[in-house]
Amino acid sequence: MIISEQKPLEEIRKMVADYDKILILGCGTCATVCFAGGEREVAILASALRMAVKIDGKEKVFHEHTVKRQCEWEFIDEISEKLKEVDAVLPLSCGIGVQAIAERFPNCRVLPGVNTCFLGLTEEAGIWSERCVACGNCLVHETGGICPIARCAKSLSNGPCGGSVGGKCEISPDVSCAWQLIIDHLVALGQLDRLEEIQPPRDWSSSHSGGPRKIVYPFQEGNQAEVER
Amino acid sequence: MNSPEPQIVVFSCHWCCYQIADLSGAAQSQYSPDIKVNIVSCSGRVGIIDLMRAFENGADGVLVFGCLEDQCHHQNGSLFAKRRVAYVQSLLRGIGLGEKRLEMYNLSPAAGPKPEEILNRMIEEVKKLGLSPVKRVGKP
Repeated sequence: MIISEQKPLEEIRKMVADYDKILILGCGTCATVCFAGGEREVAILASALRMAVKIDGKEKVFHEHTVKRQCEWEFIDEISEKLKEVDAVLPLSCGIGVQAIAERFPNCRVLPGVNTCFLGLTEEAGIWSERCVACGNCLVHETGGICPIARCAKSLSNGPCGGSVGGKCEISPDVSCAWQLIIDHLVALGQLDRLEEIQPPRDWSSSHSGGPRKIVYPFQEGNQAEVER
Repeated sequence: MNSPEPQIVVFSCHWCCYQIADLSGAAQSQYSPDIKVNIVSCSGRVGIIDLMRAFENGADGVLVFGCLEDQCHHQNGSLFAKRRVAYVQSLLRGIGLGEKRLEMYNLSPAAGPKPEEILNRMIEEVKKLGLSPVKRVGKP
């Protein structure tokens, strides 16, 4: 899941300062689950902003709407009529949703209400932690199902570094040493001998370091790849 | 809700505090007519948006009454309410309305302050802060 966090209220107030009619747009998927930009958060933010502008003696109108997902054209197309009534949109979605709206509605001013933080999972309600950096070359079968690229502070492919204390990373006692976790898992699986195989230098071209990525599913009827085939 | 007197909205837990309100009524305490009491099944039922809407609709002060934390009839309801109240207080501070306009109290029939004492205290606080600059902003 994409984990995001709503921007501080003060930052959002500064962003909307130049606009009079703003649509606060929620996202019903990841942003809802991490309490950053769902329907409830849209209502709370709209309420706070209405009161803030009233106290400042200004006149602004805040509309509220939430779509199922902001990363698909069919869902964001729902707002096309609403955009005629506003000067700007404040999407409470990850960077994908914000950019999808900017791309679909190029004449619309887009103000991101949320910071996209990482790919992670919900440890429990209200606690999310990073698990994946989308490197494009998953090798967690070699490390007991634990990704050292995402979870090791140094992203070591051949760890540990020796800096951990009590199973905790040297960067913070709140961060578990990924390689300690990997070793523990491999011991439990009876596969500790996997670590005898040294991983070669990683090819990072499949990650974001190789530039913006794109996947074209070759078997989808109608897409260009199918046409060329 | 445009009276010159402070408008106080109370969210009161049904289990502990409503019984207290009953007792206070039996003792012939009089609430000001500018106080609106919402009885909820548990203070944990009070959402962030409920508190925000109360202020949007012109409340000058809002009180949340819940059970003592280790005596909540729904286990953790009053603890959840406490966290939500703290969050809304931070929002009120951020928008310039002031966190003192919102307070939560954990009440018990056996001891501690009575609802009318708390209400009077909130009315005095609101009079010091002045009436809310926000009146009838949001949806009615």
